[in-house]
Amino acid sequence: MSKGMPPLLGVRGLTKRFGGLTAVNKVDFALWPGEILGLIGPNGSGKSTLVKLLMGIEQPTEGSILFDGAEIAGLSTHLVARKGIGIVFQHSRPLERQTVIETILLGLLPDSLFRLSISAEHRARARAIAEKVGLGAVLDRRPSTLSFADLRRLELAKALARNPKILLIDEPFAGLTASECAEFSSLFREQRSQGKAILLVDHNVRTVAALVDRVIALCLGERIAEGKPVDVMRDEAVRRVYLGGAIEAAPRNGTGAAGAAPLLELRGVGVRYGKALAVDQADLAVGENEFVSLVGINGAGKTSLFNAITGFVPHSGEILWRGQPVKGLSAVRIARLGISHCPETRELFGDMSVRENLDLGGQRQAKAESDDRLAWMFELFPILKSRQKQNASTLSGGEQQMLAIARALMTDPQLLILDEPTLGLAPIILEQLSKALDALRQTGKVGVLLGEQNVTFALPHADRIHVMDRGRLTWQGSPDRFVHEAGANYLI
Amino acid sequence: MAKTAPLRPFWPVLAILALAAFLPLGVSGYVLGLLTLAYYFGVFAMAWDLLFGFANEVNFGTTFLIGVGAYSAGILDNRYGLPIWACVAAGTAIAVVGGLILALPALRVSGPYFGLTTLVAVLLLQNFVIIFSEVTGGEIGLVVPDVITTDAAGNYWIALALLATSGVILTTLSRSAVGLILQASGQDRIQAAALGFNVTRHKLVAFSVSALFSGLAGSFMVFYMGTASIGTLIDITIGVQIIIAAVLGGRRTIIGAAFGAIFLIGLTEILRPTGEVATFLVSAVALLVVILAPNGLTGMVARKARP
Repeated sequence: MSKGMPPLLGVRGLTKRFGGLTAVNKVDFALWPGEILGLIGPNGSGKSTLVKLLMGIEQPTEGSILFDGAEIAGLSTHLVARKGIGIVFQHSRPLERQTVIETILLGLLPDSLFRLSISAEHRARARAIAEKVGLGAVLDRRPSTLSFADLRRLELAKALARNPKILLIDEPFAGLTASECAEFSSLFREQRSQGKAILLVDHNVRTVAALVDRVIALCLGERIAEGKPVDVMRDEAVRRVYLGGAIEAAPRNGTGAAGAAPLLELRGVGVRYGKALAVDQADLAVGENEFVSLVGINGAGKTSLFNAITGFVPHSGEILWRGQPVKGLSAVRIARLGISHCPETRELFGDMSVRENLDLGGQRQAKAESDDRLAWMFELFPILKSRQKQNASTLSGGEQQMLAIARALMTDPQLLILDEPTLGLAPIILEQLSKALDALRQTGKVGVLLGEQNVTFALPHADRIHVMDRGRLTWQGSPDRFVHEAGANYLI
Repeated sequence: MAKTAPLRPFWPVLAILALAAFLPLGVSGYVLGLLTLAYYFGVFAMAWDLLFGFANEVNFGTTFLIGVGAYSAGILDNRYGLPIWACVAAGTAIAVVGGLILALPALRVSGPYFGLTTLVAVLLLQNFVIIFSEVTGGEIGLVVPDVITTDAAGNYWIALALLATSGVILTTLSRSAVGLILQASGQDRIQAAALGFNVTRHKLVAFSVSALFSGLAGSFMVFYMGTASIGTLIDITIGVQIIIAAVLGGRRTIIGAAFGAIFLIGLTEILRPTGEVATFLVSAVALLVVILAPNGLTGMVARKARP
């Protein structure tokens, strides 16, 4: 890397707005040949959007992307690819009907409408690429028979086949074992030594620290830090994003929920997606009216665990609701037991008004009862009252989150599962949301299971904390114990 | 050539073709007439499978392409008395142009909207034929003064030759390098674009090729039947039959679609004595095959044949 040279990629003032949400906000950075640049940030910080902008999958609202001195912002994806930018997607997207060698061959083909045959030279090159990434033994297999790591290798092979000058690699290490991570790392280093530039996206600095030359950190779409990995890890702004400032515990007023009969109990629960093990041997319980927080970085397995509870993904082990196993019940039946799931993606009906969304939640109750609950929701989230007639899609991110929670509560659940409610929200909104959760907890009407990567948000309301790391529940205890024991080791 | 699918069924297909070529020596004119029609439908179904099986686009407008080709060829013969070969060539070319005019806006929208756009095109063409009845014959139909031949065996051989040629070209195309790119574009357009392929252009070309064979077979069919009418060439139900034939035969197989068409038309004919019930039974069989064997008849045979 030589900073005297002009950069291979120069990004200036890059901005992407989706309606009212600014996903990427005036981001500047540069990438030189022969360097690996880490792009880190918590979930919802805009990393994926930034990568999509670079690749032309999304078009920027403003800003410029110079590749080799030429403007590429706004070009369509295939033109960006032809300039020499390749991408390894976060999720393997294999072509199901093609074999490994065919898929790599595809990457080698020129974009011609008249080429019918594939030359022997292409075949030889495809084989060489397969050997290099470690797919030599599975050339004629189809993706459905490949291991998780081999699928990731295939993604990389496809991107390498085009011999790009810049490789965008989105979370390459998720779900891989330590030795596989090492293998991939050395492949990336080899590319770097050949003068390629790599933009490596990951959630935290620690995973990529040994590999990257430089790091930029994103939060809420803005660049908050840049520098050597060690410096970024120490950076005050970065620490605040991950740890959220000082960690505090706030005990519940009046009666605690500890000791109450378990509403929900998980015994040795596992979730698997084909070859990837997302949740491993999870034991967890939520008592009547208890507030349990499950903290862990993105990819830890929180969402999978929640989806197992609410019947959206199959599980092994036992999930008991008031002592009765839920296995075999459909998601609808589980919801009717009294579990309301407020997913990370919110899943609002965007074309319906705020009121209609709420009324849908209260569908199964008597009119008087649902009116009462509606009044309570407007008390909990006053802003929703004034927005009743607006379409849900026109709300800001924070308001949407409030609506999602309110809609879930409209069903009169005994347990509310909240998955990453703080995702992509500004601090000011977090405060409002935090107050509402506190009010909810003080009513003692409902048990809450909260999944969060933001510890500061998850801690104050919780009666109990569980820490989740790579599919396992690694620690549990009271919030004040968490501050002393786990807090220091957590994250970054 | 990419080994997308090994040329396993090559010899059996060749044997069946040879057998089919000698069929006029042994069967009645009635059966030949039926098979002639089935072969034309076979071409329609194969052309449709290129879009559905490979480009992953559901085209409800296949009878739009057929109709444009057939009516253009018929009108050129009827009004201007051009020689048949010129009518067929022009009909095919106009079908391709019509297909491009339809596909350019239709491919801008994705997923179900593509299908809906093509469906509307069929209705538009239907109305067009009725409104300009002076030229098109309207609801009564268009009478074509010339036919290629009145000999049943001759017509049969023409249809068989067209089926075989179309089958070879479409199969070759689908298994070639462009076919691989087309399949990738169909399966995951973002990924295909990220590998540098202009997805829209590839789909557009696939659509044109599909239009070419639909228009070509449609034009020939006019000079076989001597007439063109909405009910036999353009109506939505014809399009649905072609789709059923292709799915029945086996998606992504090209030749499977031809077998599906022959099976479907044969079955309809066998069940004809049952009267009104025939259509119901044929639809029921089609539904069962689609539900029980999503890979179609060829999929069932291939599974049996595998050790």
